[in-house]
Amino acid sequence: MYKIIKKKILNPTVTLMDVEAPLVARKAEPGQFIILRVDAEGERIPLTVADFDREKGTVTIIFQIVGATTEKLNHLNEGDSILDFVGPLGVASHTEGLKKVAVVGGGVGCAIAYPIAKKLHSQGAEVHSIVGFRNKDLLILEDEFKKASSRYFVMTDDGSYGEKGLVTDALKKLLDAGERYDEVITIGPLIMMKFVSKLTKEYGVKTVVSMNPVMVDGTGMCGGCRLTVGGEVKFACVDGPDFDGHEVDYDEAMARAAMYKDFERHAYEETCNLFKQEVN
Amino acid sequence: MPNMSKTRNEMPTQAPDVRNKNFQEVALGYSEEQAIDEAQRCLNCKHKPCVNGCPVQINIPAFIQEIGKQNYEGAYQVISLSSSLPAVCGRVCPQEVQCEKYCVRGIKGESVGIGRLERFAADWHNAHPVEKIERPQLNGHKVAVVGSGPAGLTCAGDLAKKGYEVTIYEALHLAGGVLVYGIPEFRLPKAIVQKEIDTLQDLGVTVNTNVVIGRSISIEELMKENGYEAVFIGSGAGLPRFMNVPGENLNGVYSANEFLTRINLMKSYQEHSTTPIMPFKKVAVVGGGNVAMDAARCAKRLGAEDVYIVYRRSEEELPARREEVEHAKEEGIIFKLLNNPTEVLPNEKRFVGGMKCIQMELGEPDASGRRKPVEKPGSEFVLDVDCVIVAIGTSPNPLIKATTDGLATEKWGGIIVNPETGQTSIEGVYAGGDAVTGAATVILAMGAGKTAAKGIDEYIQSKKN
Repeated sequence: MYKIIKKKILNPTVTLMDVEAPLVARKAEPGQFIILRVDAEGERIPLTVADFDREKGTVTIIFQIVGATTEKLNHLNEGDSILDFVGPLGVASHTEGLKKVAVVGGGVGCAIAYPIAKKLHSQGAEVHSIVGFRNKDLLILEDEFKKASSRYFVMTDDGSYGEKGLVTDALKKLLDAGERYDEVITIGPLIMMKFVSKLTKEYGVKTVVSMNPVMVDGTGMCGGCRLTVGGEVKFACVDGPDFDGHEVDYDEAMARAAMYKDFERHAYEETCNLFKQEVN
Repeated sequence: MPNMSKTRNEMPTQAPDVRNKNFQEVALGYSEEQAIDEAQRCLNCKHKPCVNGCPVQINIPAFIQEIGKQNYEGAYQVISLSSSLPAVCGRVCPQEVQCEKYCVRGIKGESVGIGRLERFAADWHNAHPVEKIERPQLNGHKVAVVGSGPAGLTCAGDLAKKGYEVTIYEALHLAGGVLVYGIPEFRLPKAIVQKEIDTLQDLGVTVNTNVVIGRSISIEELMKENGYEAVFIGSGAGLPRFMNVPGENLNGVYSANEFLTRINLMKSYQEHSTTPIMPFKKVAVVGGGNVAMDAARCAKRLGAEDVYIVYRRSEEELPARREEVEHAKEEGIIFKLLNNPTEVLPNEKRFVGGMKCIQMELGEPDASGRRKPVEKPGSEFVLDVDCVIVAIGTSPNPLIKATTDGLATEKWGGIIVNPETGQTSIEGVYAGGDAVTGAATVILAMGAGKTAAKGIDEYIQSKKN
């Protein structure tokens, strides 16, 4: 059992938890992920490591409530325990030797982008962070990003905070203004990563994306997380989750991500109804 | 006087059209009367050819004699001297190519039902628990076992009996390896696997789930920081192979590993499980081994109307246990033999819309000695399916190799060991099972676990002197 030490609501649909998992905390690096199972009937879901404290033995996860499992997870509180929590899995993000980087995060993807920005910053790299949200209420990790970046830009779809527009608008402006990056690291919805990669390809800037497909075991056994990168089949769990953004087949990844959509919607509704009954 | 009946006692089973709708065990096991009657078919012959057919050399005539004498616990004890998982092996061993293949009774009739008798003895033992096993005196040496499949469980059990303090590390949330994520409930009830694991824990073995060796802890750290004098790697052949044909990443194409894990480990067929599995109607399983049969029979039980086994060779070459092939046929699985997939076709939603195949014919024997299948030109056709399960084998998981300096492996990934001791290229590190051989059987993995346990014991004892 893995105890929840801290729980913080970041916005109405995104929650942060510090979980006691010393073995994971000891080894975790930005870009890696964990797999958890809330209870005995639960599904195994992958979540990227958002932060870790090696001394306290805790790992921070940040998740958006999108389905039955994250809904159940969100009903746990400080002092409660998660049944299974395994990791760190996957290959850590490559940050060595990078001097100037644009970190582009979208929505809850910012939770994954943040530890990378933080690590780059601590290594002395110049970090420009561009984060995008639908509106001001959904904004997360603003202070954290500011601390880890020399320049910080917020984009919102409705203009309720920062600038109105997409992260690609901000990135294009910077590139057009002559900013030259060793690498662009982008994490967020597939469609966003697709368009960031399309833009940076035009400018010839190396781009790394973090993929988060459906997984079962997370150790290379099931192959459910496979995707096509540069015409080759890769497993996100052992070959990734980071890949060359210019080589990923996003359309295939988007189709695969939608495989269980109907099932998930149904399971989510059922879980919500269950919790509603408990309240009444 | 031995029972000279040419045919063996039939195994009672659930009726095919009943069992293909549930996940309960197919074979129900011999009654006492049947077991005694079958035991009396054994001639107790002097040269015991059956024993040499057994990868762990169980004294088969001796345990069968005990069943004949109605000393069922005695029979179990005889098996236990050589095998750690009798209830498992009685169910999943390919007896027809091992012990039963060499049975003298098989020359002029059917061989003795050795596997069925093994299962009977093991089930009798499990149903009549003896007092708790006494824990052996600890000898002060610690050994780590990586993976809790048949190789790891056997190695751990043998070492614990000798007084070693053994810890098993398992990457998944549940111990048992392929016995829980791979082999379905209807062929190997999970309660039986759990019982074997409970027995190990009674012996003092610690099982740590949710630890991925190579990620959470490295082999080197196990030995240098955690105080293990030896490590056994039984991490299995985890990595699924795909066909490399167009359309293989469409929604609805699964590796057999994923399909079976969703069902067996995650229990997606049970109503309260939150792990999804799609309600497919027409399923093609590609491959002809036990895993392919398991996947096909699971698909049928999940409600698929048409389930096909698509295999490029003929019935004779099917690598699956004979009994599984028979059971699959009885349950309504359709065998499309001498056919090979060439493409998975999409529907408008990027799900599987069909599978293009080509007919094959058998040509000259290839390196494996089997006749090589060759394509019949112009014989392409489309099989109407909405799900494809790829069951064409697995390779060893590369994680441990990639994170362990100096661990020598074959080009295809198998860990290289000394077959006499199980030792790898690193002192104190041993390996066995599918991680060494590539996908093989439970009993061979068990045998490798035993060999390594002996090797580890000799290594640690020699170090002391």
